[in-house]
Amino acid sequence: MPSINEQLGAYSDLFMLLAAFAYAVGFIAFAWDLAKSNSTIRELEAGLLEAEARQLAAVGGPAPVKNAGRTAASGGALVSESMDYVKDSGKRKAARVAVSVAWIGVGIHAVAVVSRALAAARVPWGNMYEFLTTGALIVALVFMAALLRKDLRFMGTFVMLLVTIMLCAATMGFPTPVAHLVPALQSPWLVIHVSIAVLASALFTITFAMGVLQLLQDGRQKRLAAGGQDRLAFMRLVPSAVALENAAYRVNTVAFVMWTFTVMAGAVWAEAAWGRYWGWDTKEVWSFVIWVVYAGYLHARATRGWTGARSAWLSIIGYLCIIFNFTVVNLYFNGLHSYAGV
Amino acid sequence: MVEKNAAKNADVSVPALGPLGMLRWAWTQLTSMRTALFLLLLLAVAAVPGSLFPQRSVNPEQVNQYLANNPGAGEWLDRFQLFDVYSSVWFSAIYLLLFISLIGCVIPRARKHAKALRTPPPRTPARLSRLPEHGTVPLPAEHDGGPSGAAVVQRAAELLRKRGYRVEARPEGPAPSVAAERGYLREIGNLVFHVSLIGVLGSVAVGGMFGYGGQRLLVEGESFVNTLVSYDSFSPGTNFSEESLVPFSIRLDRFEVEFDRESKTHFGQPIDFTASVTTTDTPGAEAQQKQLKVNHPVRIGGTAVYLVGNGYAPVVTVRDGNGDIAFQGPVIGVPQDAAYTSLVVIKVPDARPDQLGFVGFFLPTAVIGEDGVSFSADPSATIPQLNLNSYYGDLGLDAGDPQNVYVLDPSTLTELNSRNLDAGGIVLDAGTSYDLPEGKGSVSFDGLKRYVALDIRHDPGKVPVAVFSALALMGLGISLFVPRRRAWIKVVEAGARSGGTQSDGTGERIIEYGLLARGEDPRLVAEAAELRTLLEREWPGMVRERV
Ligand code: HEM
Repeated sequence: MPSINEQLGAYSDLFMLLAAFAYAVGFIAFAWDLAKSNSTIRELEAGLLEAEARQLAAVGGPAPVKNAGRTAASGGALVSESMDYVKDSGKRKAARVAVSVAWIGVGIHAVAVVSRALAAARVPWGNMYEFLTTGALIVALVFMAALLRKDLRFMGTFVMLLVTIMLCAATMGFPTPVAHLVPALQSPWLVIHVSIAVLASALFTITFAMGVLQLLQDGRQKRLAAGGQDRLAFMRLVPSAVALENAAYRVNTVAFVMWTFTVMAGAVWAEAAWGRYWGWDTKEVWSFVIWVVYAGYLHARATRGWTGARSAWLSIIGYLCIIFNFTVVNLYFNGLHSYAGV
Repeated sequence: MVEKNAAKNADVSVPALGPLGMLRWAWTQLTSMRTALFLLLLLAVAAVPGSLFPQRSVNPEQVNQYLANNPGAGEWLDRFQLFDVYSSVWFSAIYLLLFISLIGCVIPRARKHAKALRTPPPRTPARLSRLPEHGTVPLPAEHDGGPSGAAVVQRAAELLRKRGYRVEARPEGPAPSVAAERGYLREIGNLVFHVSLIGVLGSVAVGGMFGYGGQRLLVEGESFVNTLVSYDSFSPGTNFSEESLVPFSIRLDRFEVEFDRESKTHFGQPIDFTASVTTTDTPGAEAQQKQLKVNHPVRIGGTAVYLVGNGYAPVVTVRDGNGDIAFQGPVIGVPQDAAYTSLVVIKVPDARPDQLGFVGFFLPTAVIGEDGVSFSADPSATIPQLNLNSYYGDLGLDAGDPQNVYVLDPSTLTELNSRNLDAGGIVLDAGTSYDLPEGKGSVSFDGLKRYVALDIRHDPGKVPVAVFSALALMGLGISLFVPRRRAWIKVVEAGARSGGTQSDGTGERIIEYGLLARGEDPRLVAEAAELRTLLEREWPGMVRERV
């Protein structure tokens, strides 16, 4: 067994802290972008109206009517329903800063995780500290990769906050020096089972955020339609509830297939390690519960009266089960998986 | 409105329904999507208590402990089968209903899809512009050298077929068209997925009926033969018969442990367990050398042997008051911590004139703590030591009641050695011997062996479960990611477009196309664009200057 490089491990710890710091800055910048969304949009609309007025005046048409419903529900020219980048979205300077900082964070974070893996000469997910730090990297990477193609910056605040919390929790709650794996974890299935589980969880994280935003947007749209006050003005930077629902569904289907694979791979591993593929160990129970809840979600999307807010709730509940499985079950329930805890 | 009418109809026909009608009604309810959803969510909720309360199937000891600690509540929880959640009446009822609903759902869907597979793509809608994705491509008039409508349609049908569509060309009439549909596999994937779930459940049941499992501790040098009497504990499936035990054998030649000796923070953490074993598949068969490790069971036929635990077994000789050897051999030490401080119990029923008993600890690396109590500082056997208390009297074994071999009940015994007595406790270093007080005999610590805890399991449902699971995963992927869509392409006179009946007489024509997704299809827009490109490449339209 190659020996542990403790020096490199110490560097990894340091980089982990730096990454957390970068993410915290990214969080502030994203929040700033939302906070000043009102003035950004007003500025933009003023410019737009003016341009339109000039054009119409030249043609001699009627005075422009502001398309109040559309701009109020979703940020008008700032977001598109298909979550593509639109022309004027570059005017969100705070968001551009936030994305750059987030990329820096991901870079540092990746160095930290890779150096941890090199220090231990194995995959960097063998204990709670490593699950958290690697999991956070995957969440951040998935989000940043999605940002390359789609304008999901409205979720930046949430994602940056989450990964900051995960890194802080890992560093403060479960500091674990680099070490070899205990025999129970020495299996190729650790690589397969856990990596897919983490990836699926990262995708579920994204859809969780979309689900929450969908519910907020849904309520807001209803209130606006009823002539009410817009109390969540920053939601103008967020696509409509239907757009969120459809996007979340697509991501959820991918994540669900991955989770199905995770459970099956776990069963194969359990067979090799404990002699039975399924034994209702607490971790297995909760993985099953999560799977069934998301199966319910997929059914809900095909059931009349269950699309929209209700299916969003199922997606949210599914994610809460994932969090529960990762925190409470790992730490407080004793089962066969518990050595993986700390 | 519709629902109200339906309700009224139901009201009217209730008397006529009769028991058969009621049954049919119940069946319709049970197999509805809404019920399936409800049962799924109920299943998720019902699975939760199994993680909150200890389960007999997982750890019966814990359940007994819980019942002892909570006598009142525990009894009630037990009455509602909360310690046997996954075999409880209510949990079983939910999943059985779910699976009945599933079967009731799958059969009509399979029938319907079989019919759809034999049905040609549907008729071409009058107005393709009403479809979610649609567009037009100009086509030169026939008198300008353009192809005939029928030819365009035939070629378009070919293009669509190449893209995986099933097509039907309708070249006749004033508006020749081709109708196409693809993604029939999506529904098949869905059916395969749901049917495979039934397969998984069935296979699990088969495993539960005909499988078996058991435990055995094996000290270095000992052999295990797969017969009922060789097991320390055994749990048969409901339809188990003794003939299904294949009498293979397995001998533990050597057991090696590697501890972490480099890391300051994880010093002494185990990093490898390897059991070298010799197996024979059947009596008299050729012996084979194998390595048994955690995560790497030894498989013999359909049975697998797992390494699930290990520990030290100090070899002890006990002589009785008459000076005869009353016991000799390795004694299992049950590890209590990471440094392998191991609980040892020795019962010597053959000792005369009094039976003897010993309780204490085996310490692989014995050091004396500040409080004067010895403890083990390391899991390796560098300073092995036995610390024992001794008893004499009646062990209570003769009554024939089953006893836990790892527990000594001192109630019928007299203490001979302990820290509380003048004689003190027994402290034995390797190779030393100790004479018991009052001439009751002696005990010596002769050597040290290791032992392994083995799980031996046979589950005939395992392979079918794996096969059905793989099928389910494949079906799931197909059903979620194969898009099902319809496409139509038609050639119309420019003036007759969009449902107009009159051609404008110029002979100018356009190719109209339209697409419709059946089910979730995020890539429909891309498909429309692709189709347009194909059409444009095939028939480069002449963009005319219009006045
Ligand atoms: C063991 C219980 C069940 C599980 C775990 C389950 C799981 C799933 C999953 C994961 C999907 C989405 C993937 C796909 O489309 O293939 C799905 C779809 C579907 N299930 Fe089930 N299902 C169960 C029982 C049922 C039952 C009882 C019914 C009928 C009442 C049913 C009807 C359907 C239908 C119609 C779809 C297609 C939905 C769509 O078109 O999007 N399922 N099921």
